Amino acid sequence: MGVEQPKTLGSGFVTTSLDKLVNWSRASSMWPLTFGLACCAIEMMATGAARFDLDRMGILFRASPRQADVIIIAGTVTKKMLPVIKTVYEQMPEPRYVIAMGACASSGGIFDTYSTVQGIDEHLPVDVYIPGCPPRPEGLLYGLMKLQEKIRAERNTFGAAIGVGEVVVPDMVSS
Amino acid sequence: MSDQAIVEKLKAKFSSAVLDVVEHRGETTVTVEKGQIVEVCTFMRDECGYNFLCDLCGVDYLGKQEVRFMVVYNLYNIATKQRFRVKVPVTEEDATVDTVSTVWGTANWMERECWDLMGISFNGHPDQRRILMPADWEGHPLRKDYPVQGPDREPYQGRLS
Repeated sequence: MGVEQPKTLGSGFVTTSLDKLVNWSRASSMWPLTFGLACCAIEMMATGAARFDLDRMGILFRASPRQADVIIIAGTVTKKMLPVIKTVYEQMPEPRYVIAMGACASSGGIFDTYSTVQGIDEHLPVDVYIPGCPPRPEGLLYGLMKLQEKIRAERNTFGAAIGVGEVVVPDMVSS
Repeated sequence: MSDQAIVEKLKAKFSSAVLDVVEHRGETTVTVEKGQIVEVCTFMRDECGYNFLCDLCGVDYLGKQEVRFMVVYNLYNIATKQRFRVKVPVTEEDATVDTVSTVWGTANWMERECWDLMGISFNGHPDQRRILMPADWEGHPLRKDYPVQGPDREPYQGRLS
């Protein structure tokens, strides 16, 4: 055969920090909840489908909040829907992340009315805001990559996982 | 049966209850007294063949008409594909109308919506709960005097720029 197979994998180990290992695994398998609210959800579905293909980034939509790491608030949040979103968010295991996708989830958008929540950040801790009405799939991909950056920059993730101290979350805005 | 014939029959049977008849672009609208609405609707269904209530809506004429509210019944005759409209004026002080859910079952949810958003309650309604707004909501948001951004926010003052 023309292709040479290496005889061994070198010494068989790599050196890294436990935080980096944990962060790498978390950022490489962000599983969002299958949860759409309005037209942004259509773009979210398009992002997950063949052309943009979220699966290649390890991002698989999960139908149960128990198995989800990320909730993408994809659309207009009405006051009637808010208790449902809160319940679903509370059912997600930690660490959990929130992406506000589009103008409505970020600020209420054009719906400056009695029935609409003026931004999901009034009720959930948002990690990434994605502008657009709705954002194109590239926009959502960029937002997810920003969240991966944020996860990779977290410190003491291993320590927090075994009960030593808290996760130190980086300030991504000013840095 | 033409709309004209129906109006004549209505006038003959409910002469005192028919307040106004408007014919515009082939659509006939009859305004009747609210006390007679169940009888009128039963008559429209049984005698004129309007076996389907397309829609029931409330209108708020705040500051435009003396009688503030109007409940509008859009009727449809499935057999002849004819439409007909019946309206009932409702005052703000006594914002109640008798239910027509006994005439057309579909009026049940329509009247719930009308009460939910417009605050017109329906006497004898079997299940008058909110249908669109959350169950614990206060107020009726489609009324013209309801603040559009909700009662707990400062009203919009125009663009700052």
